[in-house]
Amino acid sequence: MVVKLTEMKRGETGILTSIDGGVGVTSRIQSMGLRLGKKIKKLESHFKNGPQTVLIDNFKVAIGFGMATKILVEVKRDETRQDSPHRKS
Amino acid sequence: MKLDKILLIGNPNVGKSAVFSRLTGAKVVISNYPGTTVEFTQGYTKIDSIRPAIIDIPGTYSLTPTSKVEEVAVKMLKDSDLIINIVDATNLERNLYLTLELLEKHIPVIVALNIWDETKHKGIEIDVKKLEKALGVPVVPTCGLTGEGIKDLVRAIPKAKAKRFAHSTDEEKWKHIGKIIEEVQRLHHRHHTLLEKLEDISIKPATGFPFAILVGFCAFWVIRLIGEGIITYLANPFFEKIWTPIVLKLSAFLGPENFLHDIILGKIILVEGQMEYSQTFGLITTGLYVPFAMVLPYIISFYFMLGILEDFGYLPRLAVLMDNFMHKLGLHGYAIIPMILGLGCNVPGALATRLLEGKREKFIAATLMAVAVPCMAQIAMIVGLVGERGGIYVTLVFLTLLTILIIKGVVLNIVMKGKSPEILVEIPPYRIPHLQSVLKKLWMRVFSFLKEAVPYVLIGIFVVNILYVLHIIDFFSRIFSPILHHVWGLPKEAIGALLIGFLRKDVAVGMLGPLNLTTKQLVIGSTVLAIYFPCIATFTILVKELGIKDMLKSAAIMITIALFVGGLLNLMLRF
Repeated sequence: MVVKLTEMKRGETGILTSIDGGVGVTSRIQSMGLRLGKKIKKLESHFKNGPQTVLIDNFKVAIGFGMATKILVEVKRDETRQDSPHRKS
Repeated sequence: MKLDKILLIGNPNVGKSAVFSRLTGAKVVISNYPGTTVEFTQGYTKIDSIRPAIIDIPGTYSLTPTSKVEEVAVKMLKDSDLIINIVDATNLERNLYLTLELLEKHIPVIVALNIWDETKHKGIEIDVKKLEKALGVPVVPTCGLTGEGIKDLVRAIPKAKAKRFAHSTDEEKWKHIGKIIEEVQRLHHRHHTLLEKLEDISIKPATGFPFAILVGFCAFWVIRLIGEGIITYLANPFFEKIWTPIVLKLSAFLGPENFLHDIILGKIILVEGQMEYSQTFGLITTGLYVPFAMVLPYIISFYFMLGILEDFGYLPRLAVLMDNFMHKLGLHGYAIIPMILGLGCNVPGALATRLLEGKREKFIAATLMAVAVPCMAQIAMIVGLVGERGGIYVTLVFLTLLTILIIKGVVLNIVMKGKSPEILVEIPPYRIPHLQSVLKKLWMRVFSFLKEAVPYVLIGIFVVNILYVLHIIDFFSRIFSPILHHVWGLPKEAIGALLIGFLRKDVAVGMLGPLNLTTKQLVIGSTVLAIYFPCIATFTILVKELGIKDMLKSAAIMITIALFVGGLLNLMLRF
């Protein structure tokens, strides 16, 4: 499923599928190495509406919250389990 | 091939300045955070019989600039004869984007694979020969910090040729890069190091804040320990035991109470056989005591600590932690960099506002810094002078400034149109600082203080004396006495400090010393001096950075705040 970067869980990995911003923002984000098709790991989310930190290849980037909502990531989640993550198998 | 100008270009924080310093022997500030270099620096190197200029420019991710810093970089490109593209070998893929852009420019390029030493620890294997073939230009592994590979880099310069890569779109470039990476790079798995664990601790919100407080506390403690240590064990004994006898002899030689005596030595005050160096106001008494015995010790200790934090890579993490808070002030987290640099000296702080994207953000950051971030010279004087009355009063001055910073930021954020842009910054890995580089950087900063500040201090003291002799200070004090007296509760003589504050803030704070102020007056005086206007050096830079119109706006805000806050303190304080 595709989620916003801000909706990713801590430690979750996904594939960057689209950047939903203007040309300027998109190319700025991409030139920093956050480009489409890259594997991206969410490290931290800083408080309510705070910056998001992610790991790509070997480097870490901090992205402001608003900008991060425009970054969409394909993650693998078991959707049947999502409502009750603590269910015993 | 014409070879007059060689440009060093690369992503931020890939070690351009370190390579520059190795190539030219020139001294430049090197740190571990993106945006250390905000101006270009020129130096010269020797290749066989020619001496081309080497130019170190701010880092950029692409040739489409997003801030003034990056603009500088792109502009420089046009008239260069050769480009040394510095590439972070531990982040090859991302760095190659700029490389491909450069290869389209039809200028000869050499690629320096910098930070090469770290690739081994990180389990990265790069086939240099294959990379060279794929790019069609010389590729040389280097390590700017240790100097490894720099000789090979110089030897490769004559081999550089302009490549004629056809113009390609973003997408095509990334595709091309993907292919290159697949061919030349292998990654090996490895375990987390201790430093990486520390990286996690210092940026996770739950542990990051306690860690930041701990770092702040330790930094404060170390700065004070070293600063006071130098004052108590080196500076004061020197002035007391060696300098005082010389001054007294000279005083006897010049004879009492004449013009020359007053300018060179000032009005000598002896308390229990010891000179009151901070009150005499002569060129070789106060004029040397203030910069060398009061300010320099703190300049040394502050820049030592800052150098360690910079090289370690801590500042960008602090920026991320502070991002939410800074948004309330109309800024984003990275604006703490100019603020922290401003604590050393407002001039580099003002220059560092170039790191910020928009005009609005620059204005807010520069104005906040100029008003509420006192430089280390001023801090040292406040600690020295107000500190005599009790640490609580020093705290009061700084808490007042912090409150102003917050309230002013919040107000500007509401009043000014637009909103703060968002942080987008790379967080560098932690690196153990090289003691040698830390000391080298410390020396450069101390030297620039000696070269640029000490003459101004002397000029300041000289001007004070002239102004007194010509009764100019009397003239101004009569004009401004209503404000000084009724609004701030200060004696009219304090105008001298405010006048000299335009020149040097440390001398200005020092001028409050001989006025026999009450503690309350001293607190108000020091606070007002910090707020009311930047010193001339900072003012000049701010005019350049903001433009004269915005600077005047900013100055009007400063004066208003000084009047208001000084008045408020006068009404509220009861001691």
